[in-house]
Amino acid sequence: MKAAKTISSAMQEMTFTRRATVIGGLQVGVGVLLAARMAYISIAENERYKLLSESNRVNLTLVPPRRGWLIDRNGKPIANNKTDFRVDIIPDRLRDKDKTVATLAELLSLDQEELERINKELAQANSFQPIQVATGLDWEEYAAVSVRLPDLPGVSPRQGFSRNYPTGPAIGHLVGYVGIASAEDYKENPDPILITPGYKIGKDALEKIFEDRLQGKPGAKRVEVTARGKIVRELNTHPDTPGKPLQLTLDIDLQEYAARRLGVESGSVVVIDTHSGDILAMASMPSFDPNSFSDGISTVEWGMLSEDDHVPLRNKILKGLYPPGSTVKPMHAMAFLEAGVQPSDTIICGGGRRIGNRFFHCWGNHGQVDMAKGIYQSCDSYFYHFAQEVGFAKVADYAKLLGMGQEFPLPVSSQFYGTVPSPAWLEKKYKRKWQTYDTVNSSIGQGYYLANPLQLAVMAARLATGRKLMPHLLIDKNRKPAPSLGFTDDHIAYVREAMSEVVNGRGTAGRAKLPLDNVLMAGKTGTAQVVSLSVSNGKRSAPWKYRDHGLFICFAPFDNPRYACAVVIEHGGGSGAAYPVARDVMTFLYDREKAMNVLTDLEKSWGGTIQERMDADMAAYRARLNPEKASADSAPSATPEAATAGTEASAGD
Amino acid sequence: MSDFIPAPIAQLPWKTILLLFVLASFGFVVLYSAAGGSLTPWAGLHMIRFMVFVVMAIVLSRFKESFWKTMAFPVYGVVVLMLLGVELIGAVGGGSQRWLNLGFIRLQPSELMKVAIILAVARFYDLLPPSQIRTWGAIWPLFALLAVPCALILLQPDLGTTITVIAGALTIAFLAGLPLRLFIGGGAAIAVLAPLAYFFMLEEYQQRRVTTFLNPENDPLGSGYHISQSKIAIGSGGLFGKGFMNGTQSHLDYLPEGHTDFVFATMAEEWGLMGGILVLFCFFLLFRWGLGVAMNAKTRFSQLTAAGLTVTIFFYVAINLMMVMGLAPVVGIPLPFLSHGGSSMMTIMICVGILMSIERHPGRRGGAFG
Repeated sequence: MKAAKTISSAMQEMTFTRRATVIGGLQVGVGVLLAARMAYISIAENERYKLLSESNRVNLTLVPPRRGWLIDRNGKPIANNKTDFRVDIIPDRLRDKDKTVATLAELLSLDQEELERINKELAQANSFQPIQVATGLDWEEYAAVSVRLPDLPGVSPRQGFSRNYPTGPAIGHLVGYVGIASAEDYKENPDPILITPGYKIGKDALEKIFEDRLQGKPGAKRVEVTARGKIVRELNTHPDTPGKPLQLTLDIDLQEYAARRLGVESGSVVVIDTHSGDILAMASMPSFDPNSFSDGISTVEWGMLSEDDHVPLRNKILKGLYPPGSTVKPMHAMAFLEAGVQPSDTIICGGGRRIGNRFFHCWGNHGQVDMAKGIYQSCDSYFYHFAQEVGFAKVADYAKLLGMGQEFPLPVSSQFYGTVPSPAWLEKKYKRKWQTYDTVNSSIGQGYYLANPLQLAVMAARLATGRKLMPHLLIDKNRKPAPSLGFTDDHIAYVREAMSEVVNGRGTAGRAKLPLDNVLMAGKTGTAQVVSLSVSNGKRSAPWKYRDHGLFICFAPFDNPRYACAVVIEHGGGSGAAYPVARDVMTFLYDREKAMNVLTDLEKSWGGTIQERMDADMAAYRARLNPEKASADSAPSATPEAATAGTEASAGD
Repeated sequence: MSDFIPAPIAQLPWKTILLLFVLASFGFVVLYSAAGGSLTPWAGLHMIRFMVFVVMAIVLSRFKESFWKTMAFPVYGVVVLMLLGVELIGAVGGGSQRWLNLGFIRLQPSELMKVAIILAVARFYDLLPPSQIRTWGAIWPLFALLAVPCALILLQPDLGTTITVIAGALTIAFLAGLPLRLFIGGGAAIAVLAPLAYFFMLEEYQQRRVTTFLNPENDPLGSGYHISQSKIAIGSGGLFGKGFMNGTQSHLDYLPEGHTDFVFATMAEEWGLMGGILVLFCFFLLFRWGLGVAMNAKTRFSQLTAAGLTVTIFFYVAINLMMVMGLAPVVGIPLPFLSHGGSSMMTIMICVGILMSIERHPGRRGGAFG
């Protein structure tokens, strides 16, 4: 109050003027600050912001390259690309997940199963990884999504190419499949193309092994986009460079035929060109459809495939190991010949034979048996005797020479190469001495003997030609002829003759005779016991799991071999399940129409083509699953490799 | 010249009107471009409103100081009631609402409060005897005047307007001669209390706006998006801009609110630093005129009112520009004469009208306590 008295209006006037000046000054100061700030942003940082503005405006869209085709020896496509309208979701651009998915479900009429897959993938997704909603859409569906884009942030409809395997399941194991790059792939190589919707990389087998070659170079499209992702106009495009094609030695028609001919069995067929070693067919059935794998497989389909006791996820040609059984007999005979055994040397089979101080049974009573009869009648006693005489170590060397137990330099992800038992091997592996019964078991392809179907086919081809043919999957026009194995022509001719007798004469596979006038096929049957006789007799009347494996190796024409083939039918109940398949596949090579007629009738009795049967199985599986769907647990993410590999075959007697 | 033009028209403050016209026209051009080369929905309406409000301002300029003095407290009271009304309508209708729909305009009472508080506070210090200026009696009524409207505006919640209202009132208090130490002490207190207010008073979205303006790039898709995109627009414009109708940030919708709060960025992208300097210079002339009016005013009420109104317009400009240039948080304050929006333009034109009235009637020296 004391100070207050001294203040007058005049003084207030002065204060006002003084303070108003201060405020004016402050205002100018703020103005200068703003001008300086603006100058700094627009002049000093101009370049940076120009760039940011451009990167806002211009959206560089990578165009996934078309993958290189896989073609067969005649140029027919094994894997190609089809134009495809597709829709993906990019999770980190998604605003309202549930609403977006619901809208898409309505527009694209997605079923419950698809929705579950999408939601599951969305829940697990890395934000940058595109999630496939649907592929193979028609133009109307694609357009329906495209026009609603401004309301569907994070949804990306695209016109692109998707991998197509015209023969589907027939080729699954060999080519593998393609799929979206995984988070690990992207971590390893953070190339933006990897997370471009529609871009797939090879995930297994040939598609994976030849990824670099098949991949191609992505194209790019620069478009002007609004903040909400609406494309205003296209600025320029740079086309993609398709991947290079890869020509395989396969004859895709034969491959498809073989796969279809296997029918409802769990088995495999390998056909080798005996001039070059080219693999003409390698079908392992049942199989998976690489088309549906490449499109993103549903958990239900995955569940069905992984639960199937016919193991459709395993390539049985390379990873199925079976006791070769009697199919090794011609090869053992060749070993005996090379070791000096005369073809005319005979033994007496009395329903078996005493070797050392034990009596070993034969499957029949063959009386006097020479080498030819030993082969065409598949007399065990003959092989017990001469294997013992020659010594199995020597026989084993020939087995290896002819391809048993060998790993071949093929572009495949893995091969199980089995076992050729020998004294040295036994000592090393089981720390025990080779016994007479080991010779006996091994001499007829049982015991520790294990081979995969490819090895059986290679054995047939080498035996037929006497040359060290190597199996090939890739076409090479400049391939040198395979070197001779050093067998004499007489020996080769003798074995061929004996094997022809198996099919065309007094042998065990009369029904395998080709329905052709001018081509005679040579072959050898084999039966591999799965469980001991005390459990089951292994015949077709036994439960599937206990039935014997049926095997058959063959080549044709028998006197001038052109093709060699091996067929294995798991739990076929004996070789009778295998050689009709071999017969029809070999027939196909000479007379397609005749072979197809047989197949058409068979497929009618099986319930349709592979695809039709797979669809029916799928429907049945779904129907069975549905009541318990609520509690059904989801399967792990789908890769065929996850299937456990192994063999159910146990050694025979 | 004056021979041909009737005196009432010749006497109009043409210089000021021309200055405002330049600013509003520039706003028109920018809004025309922002709409993709269209008079609708913004540019045409913007110009029509400007014309209407200029006429309104000229009408206001005819009133004498005594009118404003008489009206000061009643206007304040009415606007407080309107604020209350908005709050009630919001409570009944569900969801917050800031405006009263009068049919031709959606009136924001909080905008009007910016003017009303100036008149009321100026009137209060006009009535306060000089001897009282350094007493408690000079302070508590100021807070009383501020308390109710600020509380109501904060409830909306509209932080930007609240700050403008408080700043306008404090500026008048400062000019009225309140002890300097109060302002220095107050500044220090704010420095201490601001962090507390930040943590306990602000909504979460407001907190985020405060923190992200310092480093918008850290949150490019969240609340930093506005500032980032605004800086990109200004920065990519460079010295001369990308040219009329060539702004990509605005035309491709990267810049949010490009026709309202961030209109300056829309302008700067197409007109560059030159356009920015032009706008700043126009505002400089406007404030110089406004403070000039205050300095020339002869009565305490008109002095304080003129200075307070000028500073109110200044706060609009300064906060808005600091915001678009990334120097202040996003608080939702439009840029006078350029931003599209009826309420704010009306408020500013009322300020201008009262300033013109004071310029026209500077009054006699010696007030009630002279």
